[in-house]
Amino acid sequence: MAEILTLREAVQRFVNDGDTVALEGFTHLIPTAAGHEIIRQGKKELTLVRMTPDLIYDQLIGSGCAKKLIFSWGGNPGVGSLHRLRDAVEKQWPHALEIEEHSHADLANAYVAGASGLPFAVLRAYAGSDLPKVNPLIKFINCPFTGEQLAAVPSVRPDVTVIHAQKADRKGNVLVQGILGVQKEAVLAAKRAIVTVEEIVDDLNAPMNACVLPTWALSAVCVVPGGAHPSYAHGYYERDNRFYQAWDPIARNRDTFTAWIDTYIRGTADFSEFKAKLAAQQEAK
Amino acid sequence: MSYTTNEMMTVAAARRLKNGAVCFVGIGLPSKAANLARLTSSPDVVLIYESGPIGAKPSVLPLSIGDGELAETADTVVPTGEIFRYWLQGGRIDVGFLGAAQVDKYGNINTTVVGDYFSPKVRLPGAGGAPEIAGSAKEVLIILKQGHRSFVDKLDFITSVGFGEGGDHRQQLGLPGKGPVGIITDLCIMEPEAGTNEFIVTALHPGVTREQVIENTGWAIRFAADVKVTPEPTAVELDALRALEARTAAAHGGQVGGDA
Repeated sequence: MAEILTLREAVQRFVNDGDTVALEGFTHLIPTAAGHEIIRQGKKELTLVRMTPDLIYDQLIGSGCAKKLIFSWGGNPGVGSLHRLRDAVEKQWPHALEIEEHSHADLANAYVAGASGLPFAVLRAYAGSDLPKVNPLIKFINCPFTGEQLAAVPSVRPDVTVIHAQKADRKGNVLVQGILGVQKEAVLAAKRAIVTVEEIVDDLNAPMNACVLPTWALSAVCVVPGGAHPSYAHGYYERDNRFYQAWDPIARNRDTFTAWIDTYIRGTADFSEFKAKLAAQQEAK
Repeated sequence: MSYTTNEMMTVAAARRLKNGAVCFVGIGLPSKAANLARLTSSPDVVLIYESGPIGAKPSVLPLSIGDGELAETADTVVPTGEIFRYWLQGGRIDVGFLGAAQVDKYGNINTTVVGDYFSPKVRLPGAGGAPEIAGSAKEVLIILKQGHRSFVDKLDFITSVGFGEGGDHRQQLGLPGKGPVGIITDLCIMEPEAGTNEFIVTALHPGVTREQVIENTGWAIRFAADVKVTPEPTAVELDALRALEARTAAAHGGQVGGDA
């Protein structure tokens, strides 16, 4: 059974230094508030897994929380580069970052394999690509029945997965709607799972075949309204495209980045205080 | 009607998408061209985005690959794993529509690094869905602006394979799809030459000279025996494209959804 906790308590209890952590959400429902809380609590030596690192991992990497990144597309969607990721890879700032690079099909299959309790995923991929030359974990096997050569990659099995969703009921059953990405697989692949939600309701009113994560498959559910900003929560708020653009100059420079993190994340007690501070700054503009 | 070279590129790419084709769409220029096709010549084209929407019919261009507009207008939204496993690997994609940072003469794509992988000069975003789209879609279209730095003789890194080292190399690799059938740029259209599978110019956009193409290509580009001239964009095409861009800019506060 999931416990209904504050995000602070959930991160304290379920995210440990050195863990392999997946904060998933494919453009939609990115668990930004949880990323902030991990920075606030100064978690270290994390192996971060995410198909699209996005701003959330740019922040974690620049804040020094990560020792390794497992990913498949690392850009600021619609804007350009993730400057903190690039600075870590190109100039080892704030420290060296090991990267393990895959394709989307590979990581999506690796989450499915993880959720399926399998040690590896098999897929038709990578023939002719240079990625297997730089990632020794991408291997090739032959189908035992047809002899066809196929790619084999280790499954993703995080110590903890964090996702954001629209709502939970009072028992902690969670309903996810809209673009699902690999959130369900990431949760089921993990030893522990934290879900932040927009709200807790009496009845999920989930349609048949909806994506519902049962409370007994989760560790904690935390109410964090707006917790996916600047990504969006379908039915609640839209993607804040301006913030994605505004992030570019902030992250481009080490000093402006650090000042931003110190002011808005380390300098706030929680996500609601962060939101208030950000809103005040935007109003002042 | 007067038009820009970028408009010509988008229109020329849109025309390549046949009505009814099932198209796996990359974000940015491919998404713009694919939606223009849907709004003009190919109303029944099926657009699939890697985030999960199948049959998306966005009225404004998405800025990200998973915008809510894609989900709301889709026939169905499935998990990302399913997109890659059932729909792409399962062999149901007619056309993979890709952008690129760099391309070489065999239609191989680099979106990973410029320079050495382990100490890169420029770190690019990486693979995303492209390697398996390039491998498994029945055919692939590539759209990007032409220039010396984007059309290179030898890629520092092959992220997504086209014809590999040329000739029958792609077949030897055992890839199910036919590979890239066209590279559409702001200057011309290139297609693979029979036998070598080297990309050669088969059509120049109106007003573009061979010299311009040669100057903007990093390899010794060759021209087909019969180089055609791309028909100019029609008023219908330009109106649809400009209206789409205007709706997009209004919805996204000035961003046009073309540069991811």
